[in-house]
Amino acid sequence: MSSYINRNILLLVALIIVSIASLLIGRTDIDVMSAVKALFGAADQPINIIITELRLPRVLLGVFIGAALGISGAALQGVLRNPLADPGVIGVTASAALGAVIAIHLGLQLIWPLFIPVFAMSGALIAAFVLLIVSLRESSVLTLILVGIGISSLAMAGVSLVMNIAESPMSIRDMIMWMLGSLENRTMTDLMLAVPFILFGWLMMINVGQGLNALSVGEDTAQTMGINTSLLKLRIVVGSAISVGGAVAACGSIGFVGLVVPHMVRGLISNEPGAILLPSALMGGLLLTLADLATRIPTPGATLQLGVVTSLIGAPAFLFIVYRTKKSMR
Amino acid sequence: MNELKIDNISLDLGGAVILKDILATVKRGEIVGLIGPNGAGKSSLLRSILGLVTIKKGSVIIDGDNVEELSLKERARKMAYAAQGSPVHWPLQVEHIVELGRIPHLNPWQKLTKDDHEVITQAMERTDCTHLIGRSITTLSGGERARVLLARVLATNAPYIMADEPVASLDPAHQLQVMEILKALTSSNCGVMVVMHDLSLALRYCDRLILLDKGIMIGQDTPDKILEDENLTEVFGISATRWSDNGEKFLIPHHINQRT
Repeated sequence: MSSYINRNILLLVALIIVSIASLLIGRTDIDVMSAVKALFGAADQPINIIITELRLPRVLLGVFIGAALGISGAALQGVLRNPLADPGVIGVTASAALGAVIAIHLGLQLIWPLFIPVFAMSGALIAAFVLLIVSLRESSVLTLILVGIGISSLAMAGVSLVMNIAESPMSIRDMIMWMLGSLENRTMTDLMLAVPFILFGWLMMINVGQGLNALSVGEDTAQTMGINTSLLKLRIVVGSAISVGGAVAACGSIGFVGLVVPHMVRGLISNEPGAILLPSALMGGLLLTLADLATRIPTPGATLQLGVVTSLIGAPAFLFIVYRTKKSMR
Repeated sequence: MNELKIDNISLDLGGAVILKDILATVKRGEIVGLIGPNGAGKSSLLRSILGLVTIKKGSVIIDGDNVEELSLKERARKMAYAAQGSPVHWPLQVEHIVELGRIPHLNPWQKLTKDDHEVITQAMERTDCTHLIGRSITTLSGGERARVLLARVLATNAPYIMADEPVASLDPAHQLQVMEILKALTSSNCGVMVVMHDLSLALRYCDRLILLDKGIMIGQDTPDKILEDENLTEVFGISATRWSDNGEKFLIPHHINQRT
């Protein structure tokens, strides 16, 4: 048990170190002292602005979004009892993308930049609502997965349709860039928009650990242990949908974090589905912040998009984990 | 008062009658075998008692309380379920699986206390799993796995245990071992209800048998009475040979009759 706490503290320390690095490193490198001063508005004016208005919201968003994706992935894998589940499986990511793409197509971001996240969030909430209705009808896990895939396919069909009818190459480029995901040029307003949803989702999922552990021996047996499994499914599916909705609205689609983080944590900490929730949040934040740092590496062409980096890191990591786990996962 | 009473339970699933007016009891300190051909409604009866399916009418009374009036956790502290062929979805360590048995006694944030650990240790000793601590469930043999899952059930300390075919797909030695573990529970004042297909084991280990056929209870009585030729022929469509050796009774089905 104490090693469990120690490893969580280790992850937290790593997350803090990487977050600080992310505040300091960029086109303008800033030393620690000026950064600390800047946080209180006491450094030189350009540095104040870079730290408080550009980098701080970006770092905080990265941590929150990564944590939202990590914990949702872990909770969904636990409740769906499927190591391949991730927030994409329940269709929220695609629905958010549809909302964003519609906003871009209508050129709404020219009227108010936050129309994109607002539309994305609306898309995610519609998906969450459908999932809520399905969960209320005491559906099986398989039904939930199938409905999620259905929502996802329908939303992606909508995205294709919008791209198809879009005439301006610029807006198509904007759509694609949005779907690749990024934390660039995000402000405190983006943060304020996303974080309440992320926190609300977490609140819905608070203390689901015991139920998830019980579910690992099957749904019937979990019920006979006094777990209300229908409520558990509802809380996790809808909670992750809202939380991931907030995350995706702020930064676009970020692939692989929700899938790969719980597997990394299983290898490092525990196979118990209830015990990996907190560390998955920490690991998700860490991974996304690291990936965001990597997007600042100068490249010959356009800047790397965050979703591209997470997939580039995530997919090989996933293959490595699958190779190492081999037969232990059945 | 100290009994589990199945009071006139009927169950329909998708319009089909699965169970009709079942009236039976399980007392603390006895093993009651639930027998009958495939499709007789044995597992459905167990699931009805546990509240896993919504029954059409009737009620389950545990030690004088109607289960409908108990909370999920209270119910879980009264009855534990050994599901048929229980899946385990993650490569969990043996001790973590047994610890799950304490969930009915803990609120969602609570950690295991010293007393909980004591109960867990005892459950593992009674099922001979102590040496498996630290191993992943996916590395165990079928027999070891069955014992670990049974340890989880014992760790609930529930006075009533519902086991659905606990000896299916086990080798003879493990079948006997599992039955001995269940039998030993009765001396600690547990009532055990066990679905089984092996009539010889049912005859030897059960105090009473409930015979189901097509959702109807044919009878509940001592194994000798329930396993009479007439029942075997009419319900199972078989004849059997019986003998006894040193007070142990045996029964071997050997001939298929036309079911009447």
